[in-house]
Amino acid sequence: MNSDLRSPLNRARGLGSAKSGVHHFWMQRLTAVALIPLVVWFAISLVMLSGADYGMARSWLSSPFVMVLLILTICIGLYHGQLGMQVVIEDYVHNEGVKLALIVAIKFIAVFFGLAAIVASMRIGFGG
Amino acid sequence: MAEFTLPANSKVGIGETHKAPAGAKNIRKFKVYRWTPEDGKNPSVDTYEVDMDTCGPMVLDALIKIKNEMDSSLTFRRSCREGVCGSCAMNIDGTNTLACTKFIDEVKGDIKIYPLPHMPVVRDLVPDLNVPYAQLSSIEPWLKSTTQPPTRERLQSPEERAKLDGLWECILCFCCSTSCPSYWWNGDRYLGPAILLQAYRWIADSRDEARGERLDQLEDPFRLYRCHTIMNCTKTCPKSLNPAKAIAEIKKLMVERTI
Repeated sequence: MNSDLRSPLNRARGLGSAKSGVHHFWMQRLTAVALIPLVVWFAISLVMLSGADYGMARSWLSSPFVMVLLILTICIGLYHGQLGMQVVIEDYVHNEGVKLALIVAIKFIAVFFGLAAIVASMRIGFGG
Repeated sequence: MAEFTLPANSKVGIGETHKAPAGAKNIRKFKVYRWTPEDGKNPSVDTYEVDMDTCGPMVLDALIKIKNEMDSSLTFRRSCREGVCGSCAMNIDGTNTLACTKFIDEVKGDIKIYPLPHMPVVRDLVPDLNVPYAQLSSIEPWLKSTTQPPTRERLQSPEERAKLDGLWECILCFCCSTSCPSYWWNGDRYLGPAILLQAYRWIADSRDEARGERLDQLEDPFRLYRCHTIMNCTKTCPKSLNPAKAIAEIKKLMVERTI
């Protein structure tokens, strides 16, 4: 026998509206717009650095302008990426426990790699 | 997880072939999904050879001819036979549409007919639409106003009325919702394009005073934001409406009232 005897309207209403989602939507668009010039700059920089040795890369990164743009690119990219991954997980993972674990994991991973990238950029740029 | 293959009891087998009457010269084959809850068997696809010289031009004409003359057990919904009631929505030649407004000539080769995708099947081509109907009830699709009702019509300028064009024409056939992968995977929480278009129909109505409450009810990661602009809804709509645009308008209003 069907274990769910709730009325269809009861099921459709569920737990009600979460009254959220706009922030996620807006940040995804905002970061996407920011990433357009940042990724173009990053790609051009990588091409120009092709064949460069460690010293040249270090002197490139020692410019405050470059360091700011690089950290921005990585952090906004990670933020945008974890927003997108959250949507993919919500779409396809329907086991509540696994879904929660994966969403927590991608947020932690994004923060970890973001901080690691900042430390690495500063260390190289400041000549560590 | 999302389902990418059919469950074991839904795998479709090959069914019976119903031959055209002797002497028929202009024959086309209709391959129709069949399933009956009573016999415990998996669904199958029956083949009907229809004599086109004695059949009307629409897919629904052929289905009615099959039911009248070849196999009275074939079950499907139909009513108005002119694209107004939305009853005969089904998957024809791989696309959700209305059998009554789909020309047989538009289909090359055999005409494959299945029920609307990813809905529980009641029998043959009849899907269980209780959940989408309940979702429609949940958005309260009627005019809400707390202002004292006027003694005559509630006035609306021609410009305000024009905002409802492309929305009021929806016949709730659910071709769009059942073509949407997001609705397939999360149809229990995502409202789907048909319901969101209906919701926008009331949000866009200048006479309705519950705009904010309606937006509150939709502001949800699943109810609204499962739409990823896949556009299957707009592509498949047999009334040439644009549910994807209606959803985009709702999303725009959500941002507008936030920033």
